[in-house]
Amino acid sequence: MASYVVNTKKQQQQMLKELNMETLDDLYIDVPKSVVLKSLDIPEGKSELEVYNEMSETAAKNTVFKHIFRGAGAYNHYIPSIVNAVVNKEEFLTSYTPYQPEIAQGILQSIFEYQTQMCELTGLDVSNASVYDGAVAAAEASLMIQERKRSDIIVAGTVNPQVLAVIKTYCESRDVNLTILKTDDYSVDLKDLKSKLHDNIAGVVVQSPNYYGIIEDVKVISELTHSHGGKVIMHTNPIALALLKNGKELDVDICTAEGQPLGMPLSFGGPYLGIMTCKKELMRRLPGRIVGQTVDTNNKRCFVLTLQAREQHIRREKASSNICSNQALCAMRASVYCAALGPDGLKQVAVNSASNAHYLAKQLATIDGFKLKTKKEFFNEFLMSCPTDSHKLTDLLAKRGILAGLPVENNILWCATEMNSKKEIDKLVETIKEVL
Amino acid sequence: MKLLFEISSKDRKLDLIPPCDTEIYSFDDKLIRKEKLRLPEVSEVDLSRHYTNLAKEAHGVNNGFYPLGSCTMKYNPSINEVVASDKNFTSIHPLQPVETVQGCLEVLYEAKKLLCEITGMDDMSFQPAAGAHGEYAGLILIKKYHQDRNDYKRVNIIVPDSAHGTNPASATMVGFKVVNIPSNENGGVDIEKLKAAVGEDTAGLMLTNPNTLGLFDSNILEITRIVHDAGGLCYYDGANLNAIMGRVRPGDMGFDCVHLNLHKTFSTPHGGGGPGSGPVGCKDILKDFLPTLEVAKNENGFHFYQPAKTMGQVRSFYGNFLVVVKALTYIKSLGKEGIAEASGNAVLNANYLMNKLKTHYDVAYDLICMHEFVLSLGKMKREYGVSAMDIAKGCLDYGIHPPTMYFPLIVSEALMLEPTETESKETLDQAADIFIKLYETAISNPEKLHNAPSKCYITRPDEVQAARKPILTYQFKND
Repeated sequence: MASYVVNTKKQQQQMLKELNMETLDDLYIDVPKSVVLKSLDIPEGKSELEVYNEMSETAAKNTVFKHIFRGAGAYNHYIPSIVNAVVNKEEFLTSYTPYQPEIAQGILQSIFEYQTQMCELTGLDVSNASVYDGAVAAAEASLMIQERKRSDIIVAGTVNPQVLAVIKTYCESRDVNLTILKTDDYSVDLKDLKSKLHDNIAGVVVQSPNYYGIIEDVKVISELTHSHGGKVIMHTNPIALALLKNGKELDVDICTAEGQPLGMPLSFGGPYLGIMTCKKELMRRLPGRIVGQTVDTNNKRCFVLTLQAREQHIRREKASSNICSNQALCAMRASVYCAALGPDGLKQVAVNSASNAHYLAKQLATIDGFKLKTKKEFFNEFLMSCPTDSHKLTDLLAKRGILAGLPVENNILWCATEMNSKKEIDKLVETIKEVL
Repeated sequence: MKLLFEISSKDRKLDLIPPCDTEIYSFDDKLIRKEKLRLPEVSEVDLSRHYTNLAKEAHGVNNGFYPLGSCTMKYNPSINEVVASDKNFTSIHPLQPVETVQGCLEVLYEAKKLLCEITGMDDMSFQPAAGAHGEYAGLILIKKYHQDRNDYKRVNIIVPDSAHGTNPASATMVGFKVVNIPSNENGGVDIEKLKAAVGEDTAGLMLTNPNTLGLFDSNILEITRIVHDAGGLCYYDGANLNAIMGRVRPGDMGFDCVHLNLHKTFSTPHGGGGPGSGPVGCKDILKDFLPTLEVAKNENGFHFYQPAKTMGQVRSFYGNFLVVVKALTYIKSLGKEGIAEASGNAVLNANYLMNKLKTHYDVAYDLICMHEFVLSLGKMKREYGVSAMDIAKGCLDYGIHPPTMYFPLIVSEALMLEPTETESKETLDQAADIFIKLYETAISNPEKLHNAPSKCYITRPDEVQAARKPILTYQFKND
């Protein structure tokens, strides 16, 4: 049994004696006798080697796919070695939220650098230190723009279903009226948006590239929404921002994104990273930790947690959000990732992903019954018809070591990144022809 | 220390990915980003040294004593990290076919079984990503429960004034009204005030036991009965579970749902503020409302299902999965005896340290404490002008992470210490000596403490300026 208790039995006895006690149980004198637990009904503790073997056996029951053509909210990108080297440093790994700035400048500065990078990517003015994931970021953004006379939220029907589900929960819990837009040819139905906009809306949530990979006409959505005094929340893929128009260029008020593509392994869905940036005017409504620059008593530049008047430990029931712990180490991953790639490298990841996806679409289209569902511009994901049962096909490919696109009804949502070479794509197309 | 943007040098780069071997796709120019992307341009050596320098100015549990009350800064075993970095976990896409993720589902299922037994709950969801997120989900369970019974008048959540700030903040996010009740003279729930507060409008009570003063409320059975008799439910804030795990269970104390902080009690590292994991557990009466998806097991293995009246999702996919892997590794290591031994020693260490400090400092409540205790420096402030903040900053010069300051709010000049079970008697003795030295300095040379720390990378920062004139990103020079 491992317990990581440091004191020996002898030391424990010595300490108890100083407290005029005999056993550890004496410390629990305030616990009502009727609920004192005799023993937990769980297995006995094990040595490190036994635990390692057990957990490795469990892990081995998973199938690791060498060839991944699936995205839909979680993307298989290359993670530079330096990313893991940095986040495994114990000083970062084992510290708490930087409440004491004098002993946490390393953590605080890294968050400040992250905030700057996220503002650069999205083009907006202010970033928080992260929230739990992209979906929560979009949901928190919907709550953050609530005003007394402007409460309704309109969401595009083309946002990722995971994101939509979380927005629904958050809006429902605060009794916020939520309307979902119709979809026209796999993107926002602008006519429907026009008909649903009114002067009491809080804002519109749109995802671009959307769930189907399509680049939405966010500029037009922003204009329409702003003309009714509403705010625009753009949910996006941070890799796309290196190549495609950013939040500033599309005139949105808040950008949210799933930060997983920036150096986080797939990890069965988490830990991931909720990126959240906004225009300056919304700064004091932004939830979560924010790091700011200041000086110490010797006028030396330093960093602190700031604008804390928004937060739960000060404002309690009047706080802008309840968030406390966030995804700090994931934010550091994103920051190291962005720095390692640099502006050209990140753009290259975007270009390679988009190019490979377009090649994949072209090659798949050579197979009978595989046809793009829309001619609209896509980034690195696209929806295609499937001549046979989509689940059956993807199951067959899974048996050949390929994680194909995600079945969506009887279509397949395909994805490519820089990880999918021409050779691999050709092999996929060949294999599909074989199994069909 | 220079910022990444200040060590950046044009055209410096790492060679990370090969050129594209498919035809480069060109997007319509009107879709293309025109704004410059000012990310740092650095070499790998630059990056490595930059973060090594930053790491020198960070203090983790592995650097030294970290008695930050309410945060359970226990040692994070290395095996947790080794297991969680297994490619068979990290390379799994969250939307893989269920037969290809049986190992991941086994982790979620096993962790659920073990943690349900430890908390006395019947079911659990790992979707919440942190403690406050678990509170959020737990309060939705309570709201759904009442609404499902067509009981819409229950809009109040009762919260003691000693509660964590997240409790009232979470209640607001779920649309509840917060009713604060004051503590009694022993720091516990004031039974008469509670009786007066409950009624037909009571949705529930949020409580942490031991509370934030580090005291176990011996009236707990009466407290939960009063709430239940009024038709409300009881929510257990699991932030302080490290004091009692393996010895008494929230479920047996009368709680209907709980959240846990796997990053506190179950030894997963805090990472400078996350990722954590805040699973929400509940009794049978609430399990139909749990977030979707849940994991179950039958003769064909593990599968997902949607709880009958699910609240929906509070996060994408299944939560911070790798954090659950680490917690499961820890629970398997400790097992039934190790868990009670950990809590017992956490409480022993806290009482031992409190006893040593009592000779000089005022303890807010001079009773047997649980895993943490609170000092009140009100008298010191009045007599010598030295505040809780000054003593905390004094700790920094001795390489100790300061205790939690000014919390709970009901104690004047509070310092809250939680040593955890993974500190030795030697470390505690040393820390006690340092705290006593600080006490003596407060009398002999208060100025020194007003100016502390003096041995850190920076002296005290101007937090007022930071908030008044916010600089939240690097100010690029015009280029």
